[in-house]
Amino acid sequence: MTDAGRNALRIAMPWLVMAGLLLVWELSCILFQIAEIILPRPSRIIEVMIQRWDILLRFCLETLWTTVIGFLLAIFFGLLLGLAIGASPFVYSGLYPLLIAFNAIPKVAIVPILMIWLGVGAAPAIITAFVISFFPIVVNVATGLATIEPEMRDVMRSLGATQYEILTKVGIPRAMPYLFASLKVAITLAFIGSVISETVGGNRGIGFLMLSAGARNDAPTTFAGLVAIAIMGVLMYALCALIEKRMTRWAFRGEMAV
Amino acid sequence: MTTMSAASAETGEPLVEMNGVSLAYGRGKEQMLALADATLSIRKGEFIAVVGPSGCGKSTLMKLVTGLLPPTSGEIRVHGQRVTRPVRGIGMAFQNPTLMPWRTTRDNILLPLEVVEPHKQRFRANKAEYVARVEKLLASVGLGGFGDKFPWQLSGGMQQRSNLCRALVHEPEILMLDEPFGALDAFTREDLWAVMQALWLERKFTAVLVTHDLREAVYLADTIYVMSKRPGRIIVRKSIDIPRPRTMETTYEPHFVDIVHELRDRIHQEYA
Repeated sequence: MTDAGRNALRIAMPWLVMAGLLLVWELSCILFQIAEIILPRPSRIIEVMIQRWDILLRFCLETLWTTVIGFLLAIFFGLLLGLAIGASPFVYSGLYPLLIAFNAIPKVAIVPILMIWLGVGAAPAIITAFVISFFPIVVNVATGLATIEPEMRDVMRSLGATQYEILTKVGIPRAMPYLFASLKVAITLAFIGSVISETVGGNRGIGFLMLSAGARNDAPTTFAGLVAIAIMGVLMYALCALIEKRMTRWAFRGEMAV
Repeated sequence: MTTMSAASAETGEPLVEMNGVSLAYGRGKEQMLALADATLSIRKGEFIAVVGPSGCGKSTLMKLVTGLLPPTSGEIRVHGQRVTRPVRGIGMAFQNPTLMPWRTTRDNILLPLEVVEPHKQRFRANKAEYVARVEKLLASVGLGGFGDKFPWQLSGGMQQRSNLCRALVHEPEILMLDEPFGALDAFTREDLWAVMQALWLERKFTAVLVTHDLREAVYLADTIYVMSKRPGRIIVRKSIDIPRPRTMETTYEPHFVDIVHELRDRIHQEYA
């Protein structure tokens, strides 16, 4: 095969695999006569998505903006705390066990508490998205700071650099690829957080749409909701990956033509 | 034993003095003596080399002089001042070039000027002047025109040249070299000896070179200190009287070879 052909195939691969999967799904539904209420055919799901696109879009946008706000909060506080933990052994030993304990709590368990405090609406979804996507950002930023080469530190110290200068000139640039790598993980987690919150109790968002459609035995709409979440997740992931490549070109040096 | 006395026979004021300096890593039972009772003095503008078997505390000695490590006992003076914290404005180059991959080569070499006084104050206003200084320095080590490249776009030898530039750009009085040529191939290494010597002859900074390459030590240094195996002690002090500039030809002359042999024999005794 020619190089151009191989390249074209590599780009087409995800679409081919997806098309194949949908085909198997469609044929299985017809072949085994699966009831629509159990598992609707993909063609039926697409049909519903086209029919009800206005409703889907409205609920999607509600989920999207709660997710993005929670995610932005997670970046801001995650960066601050990650820098503090990575830069100071005292903050590290004080906060790290607490963070791990907090991360171990199933986030679905805190949604009812948030509902009691904040009522039903966007606030619980934002906060759930925030707490679930916060942890990987903190851990990654702290790791980036903590793994500065000792020689680099010695060079800076022998120049008479202050701790602050070492942090701004070495620590933060070095932590950036770690931050951007964590964003890809964090954005998908943020979606999980907001949808969990909408599903547990709420009156808005794609999670609520799926829950109410499920209650009406409207399986195609429930599945249409699932597909919509997946699409949003992939798009936001791609956006984060793009920003990552832009911001930390040097960390991808192996992939670049020199 | 030919351990030198504190008072150096050479003329010239001592810039660095170490008096009975010991250093132990760890505490209690796990304590390990890395350097024992080191006494030496380095004149201003002197190029010294420290050689010895691996793990003999050569790098420790270097960190002590720069104040990066406090000694367990004894005292270190630079400019007659007792060293208690990192001495400001020293230049350092390690075996690992430790250039920052997110900065271009030029910006890497500008780094000391952003940190060291008085350049730090003047940096923003006089950036063009500093950039010109870096370009000149790059050209002098044969890297003219490579300032825009990132370190990871350079070969190992070029990275190490940039590393030397960074160590020298703020014109430090003392340059610390911890096996800076250790990871390079033989040709590049010998090439860089000449670069190093040219820079030193031009600027006459005080240099401390830690190495386990005896030819490198004899080629570059005025004075060589041989250390014993752990715990490291200074067992030989040897002045190298070969005239400068030394060339690759010099390294094949009988006198040069004799000195290398003598040092090698002494170090082999340590392994016996």
